[in-house]
Amino acid sequence: MIALAYIVAAVLFILSLKGLSTPATAKRGNWYGIVGMALAVGATLAWPGLRGYGGIAAAGLVGGAIGAVVALRIPMTALPEMVALLHSFVGLAATLVGLSTYHHGTHMGKVQLVEVFLGVAIGAITFTGSIVAFGKLRGLIGGKPLLFAGRHALNLALIAAAVALGAWFVAIPSAGGGAPAVPIYAAAVVAGLLGALVILAIGGADMPVVVSMLNSASGWAAAATGFVLGNDLLIITGALVGASGAILSIIMSRGMNRSLGSVLMGGFGEGEAGVAASPGSATAEALAKGVNVGDVETAVELLRNARNVVVVPGYGMAVAQAQHPTKQLVDLLEPLGVRVRFAIHPVAGRLPGHMNVLLAEADVPYDMVHEMDEINPDLPETDVVLVLGANDIVNPDALDKPGSPIYGMPILEVFRAKTVIVVKRSLNPGFSGIDNPLYYRDNTMMVFGDARAVTEAMVRELKGAPVQ
Amino acid sequence: MEAFLAHLIVFVLACFVGWQVIWRVTPALHTPLMSVTNAISGIILVGAIVAGGSGVLDLGGGLGLAAVFLAAINVVGGFLVTHRMLKLFRRK
Repeated sequence: MIALAYIVAAVLFILSLKGLSTPATAKRGNWYGIVGMALAVGATLAWPGLRGYGGIAAAGLVGGAIGAVVALRIPMTALPEMVALLHSFVGLAATLVGLSTYHHGTHMGKVQLVEVFLGVAIGAITFTGSIVAFGKLRGLIGGKPLLFAGRHALNLALIAAAVALGAWFVAIPSAGGGAPAVPIYAAAVVAGLLGALVILAIGGADMPVVVSMLNSASGWAAAATGFVLGNDLLIITGALVGASGAILSIIMSRGMNRSLGSVLMGGFGEGEAGVAASPGSATAEALAKGVNVGDVETAVELLRNARNVVVVPGYGMAVAQAQHPTKQLVDLLEPLGVRVRFAIHPVAGRLPGHMNVLLAEADVPYDMVHEMDEINPDLPETDVVLVLGANDIVNPDALDKPGSPIYGMPILEVFRAKTVIVVKRSLNPGFSGIDNPLYYRDNTMMVFGDARAVTEAMVRELKGAPVQ
Repeated sequence: MEAFLAHLIVFVLACFVGWQVIWRVTPALHTPLMSVTNAISGIILVGAIVAGGSGVLDLGGGLGLAAVFLAAINVVGGFLVTHRMLKLFRRK
């Protein structure tokens, strides 16, 4: 009976992921997942010989209540942090279940000991790696990569130490006859240290890849726990999640033209740009460099007279919470006969697909939002591109400057449009720390300011109210 | 060893199924994909219940209950935040 429920749950989880192929079927997909989970948990609670329902209920209800409160309160801009934190919980749970199985196990075979070791180690790496990613995304830890001499040697030494501890755990019984406790706890600590160090060394620019890789790791941790417990449902679900995170990692690293290996080696990107200049000083600096600087009035005039407008949002739009005034701007332009579309780069923001959620939150219909490959062929015919807080993803160096660190990265080729309006706080380079020649082109106009303040001013201007 | 091989077959097949299904997910829904995988990887709750359900509150049982607590956050938080997100997506 339990086995049957588990099979149905596994199928429901697959259907749940399949539902996400289109926005129209996605909500049903989520329900499949919920029903599958309810079935699996219900069947497990009916496990013969299961005792201690009070403790399980208390732990489960308190945890569930915390999860509900967080999920209902979290602002959509903070989704990357929440996702990272949830990955860490799966990792820690895998480590705890592995250790618990070790303590309860009697006469464990060598294969099972290896499984316990892997479950504990993968869980610990996922846990600390995700905690560090959470800290970086939340701004508790700086975005700058932590680099020091001998870093790679230290990481290799930690891997070797973990493997040695694993061998000790499996091969050398303690005086009591069972597997020894010291090496398995030490392996958890060593693996945890490794996870933290690897993620600390990765710069802010690579965050979308990091979160995807940790998503994958959390799946592998769950699968490893499935092997420990001989539970096929955990193995299947863990494998699905592991594959999902792996595919997202591949898509994200392709979006940046980086290999997964080079991301893991760390050190890319400067982290957060320095203190933002005031619009005034940014303008003075830009004018000195021969950049076209425009005001809101001119920008609105260009937008009003355009037939085709493409809006390119970047992380700057998200931090400034500019999606709502941007939507108002679109609503005012459309009655004037302007066709407005949004173009999303695969790595815009810090989480795959984050921009789409933020635009959806601002009530932008999803059929107005397009992928990079759909929009690029249309850009030469586009009258105005409005770039909101995006930088590297529109940097033409990626196409024509072989020496550039971002050379080869696919970009939104906005410079091909007739006019480009870039809304940005200053000329400061973004995450990757690279200057952007787009800003110096003749068909580019910079409007300095916070994305929200500028879009709000544009809305006021379009409504005919005086600009402040 | 034979039990291990049986589980390994299941694992490899599931990786394959995941690989096929996930490539079809539209990029617009990559964030909900992450949060729904957050939720279903909370399936470790099932393992945690077994580990915490020995009825005696020894070290192993306590570790299991701590895992139940964490996994429950994932399950409820993951599905709920996915639901919130998907409600936002609408057509023109």
